[in-house]
Amino acid sequence: MAHSTATAAHGQSVWDGGTSPMGASYGKLMMWFFLLSDAFTFSGLLITYGLVRSSHPAFEGLVESFTFSTEYWPIPEKVFEAVPFLHGYSLPLVFVGIMTFILIMSSVTMVLAVEAGHRMDRQAVEKWMLWTLVGGIAFLGCQAWEWTHFIVGTDSPTLVKDFVNGQWITKEVTGASLTINQYGPQPFADFFFFITGFHGFHVFSGVMFNFLIYYNTVTGVYERRGHYEMVEKVGLYWHFVDLVWVFVFTFFYLV
Amino acid sequence: MAHHSNEPQVTVLPPDKEKIKKLWTVAAILGAVTAVEFVIAFTMSHGTAKTFLFVILTIVKAGYIVGEFMHLKYEVKVLFWAILIPILFIVWMLVAFVYEGMKMPVFN
Repeated sequence: MAHSTATAAHGQSVWDGGTSPMGASYGKLMMWFFLLSDAFTFSGLLITYGLVRSSHPAFEGLVESFTFSTEYWPIPEKVFEAVPFLHGYSLPLVFVGIMTFILIMSSVTMVLAVEAGHRMDRQAVEKWMLWTLVGGIAFLGCQAWEWTHFIVGTDSPTLVKDFVNGQWITKEVTGASLTINQYGPQPFADFFFFITGFHGFHVFSGVMFNFLIYYNTVTGVYERRGHYEMVEKVGLYWHFVDLVWVFVFTFFYLV
Repeated sequence: MAHHSNEPQVTVLPPDKEKIKKLWTVAAILGAVTAVEFVIAFTMSHGTAKTFLFVILTIVKAGYIVGEFMHLKYEVKVLFWAILIPILFIVWMLVAFVYEGMKMPVFN
């Protein structure tokens, strides 16, 4: 077998070459260390969000009486309360919850594909990789809808101060962009676009990798190679995308 | 498909029922924890206790994803610690930034 373990010949250190002291192939190790560096990138984004948020005033008062204003940081559940086909209903965090479940499910199907790969079961790998792809694409579709809703905005506009032609004016704003924001202080919209955008880009590239793995499985590349380790490596990446979403869900939407 | 003589002979092993059951259990736990988070989000009033609970539950979920799904719990100890110890830097980054964040209103 190509898989080497941490055991070395009698009386020899495992670090003297010839074995894999960490019990994992080069590719898998590098995937782990890449993900570690990626974890730092996402931590940077989320921690900066926390810093900027804590330096803005919070909304004082009852949650029920909350209205959008640039004077204080918005309550996330009041921003993300729309669900497709249910216009006008206030359903806080329901859609984000659906997205979370989609991503968890696609993580399970991925790990089932890895399990099937260990058994050299090509058909099962194909099946579970397809489900993983479906989950990933569904998540991206949800995110596209959420971004559209965030950009277009709510039914009633918010009064926002803006600097136009050398003077401050107050104007009605619906929706948000990188320069104007109806939901609260400008950094709130900027962080929304950067954090969910950076995560969404990871999901997108994950879907691309997953498709590549699916394609190679169907064409029998891994069967001829004798192992399905590529499924494991891409699986690590895919689980990491799910892991990041768990943190984004908590620190951007829940807290 | 026709069987080609140059195709390798592959032995497909039967599914590991025990392992698959465990994976679904982990998925159920992740779903349940998320459901609990939802309940907390709409029943508890905003404050430090709520944030603290969310952080704990998030770390529980992260532990299951990294430990079980990414299989880190079962890797060689050297690899396990090579991944976990650098996470301390993230903790440091969090402490440093939060400290700076508390000082920011003083500067402005």
